[in-house]
Amino acid sequence: MRYITDRKRANPKGAAHTGTEHHWFMMVSSVALAFLIPAFVIAFGRALGGSHEEVLAFFARPFIAILTGLTLVASMRHFAKGATTMIEDYAQGTTRKALIIGAISLSWAVTATGLFALAKIAL
Amino acid sequence: MVQFTLPKNSKIRVGKTWPKPDGKNVRKFKIYRWNPDDGENPRVDTYFLDMDKCGPMILDALIKIKNEVDPTLTFRRSCREGICGSCAMNIDGINTLACIYGLDEVKDDVKIYPLPHMPVVKDLIPDLTLFYAQHASIMPWLETKTNEPAREWQQSIGDRKKLDGLYECVMCACCSTSCPSYWWNSDRYLGPAALLHAYRWIIDSRDEATGERLDDLEDPFKLYRCHTIMNCAKTCPKGLNPAKAIAEIKKMMVERVV
Repeated sequence: MRYITDRKRANPKGAAHTGTEHHWFMMVSSVALAFLIPAFVIAFGRALGGSHEEVLAFFARPFIAILTGLTLVASMRHFAKGATTMIEDYAQGTTRKALIIGAISLSWAVTATGLFALAKIAL
Repeated sequence: MVQFTLPKNSKIRVGKTWPKPDGKNVRKFKIYRWNPDDGENPRVDTYFLDMDKCGPMILDALIKIKNEVDPTLTFRRSCREGICGSCAMNIDGINTLACIYGLDEVKDDVKIYPLPHMPVVKDLIPDLTLFYAQHASIMPWLETKTNEPAREWQQSIGDRKKLDGLYECVMCACCSTSCPSYWWNSDRYLGPAALLHAYRWIIDSRDEATGERLDDLEDPFKLYRCHTIMNCAKTCPKGLNPAKAIAEIKKMMVERVV
């Protein structure tokens, strides 16, 4: 039994004075992805069905390579922040922290791998 | 914290079926019952009422059951006209006020439960202590720094209009208890009702603590746990839109930094 008042229970540690930056980032990345994802899907669709050499040549084009890189970075940053919010919703304590670390690490790993592959193809 | 199953001592069992009255227009009511003193699990009792001898609202039926069938049935009620917010409960799956929800709006059996995901005091009475404390934490009063005027704090008609759709909230808790974000994180998320009231004071042209109010709300949980699910707006028995008020607070937060 903890003898704390209701007001203390309603506002235990005060405000973190953060959150707006995260909210604004999600809005900006959402707008960016609204353009990037359809453009990438169209580009990817055009590469489908080609031979290995043709696909490599397609993704080596500057516009396609930059579009792919931007889509990858923006979507993975958006994923990391979105997944963090989702984990905060449903998990508590150490599990919450471990899952957040996992989601952020996964997003960076995918970003790094994708950019490395893209660099290898395009450069 | 998120819970997908009820704890063992909260699992609902089948309760008592009360005698059926004579009459052609008889309706079945399934009502959640829990008494903290008997140490038993909650149950759902079945009652029958002759609709020809009952008022048109859910609260009329509850009062009739309490007066004529089972005096142990416990629920809050007061004004009977949607002003006090006391009789908020979950009726046919919707959080609403029993006094302004018509029996004709419910098809089949009438299922009545307390507001969801709140500790129950008894039967249909939820413990709203934390809910009220969260409301108090947003400082629901006019904060001023300027010396008090001789007559009154003046407000233009346009500025007064900005309070419409906000001041009408009766703090019934229907919105907060319909919000999944509030279910899972009520210890840190203020919930739609408290945030609607927070916006009511932020937008008040006479209030001089706008910055401090926004500072107090700038938190990943207090404010930003709202994911615009919109259950609050859908369920509000007064037809208010807490989600819009929350979105307006978020817009003001962004305007401070961008």
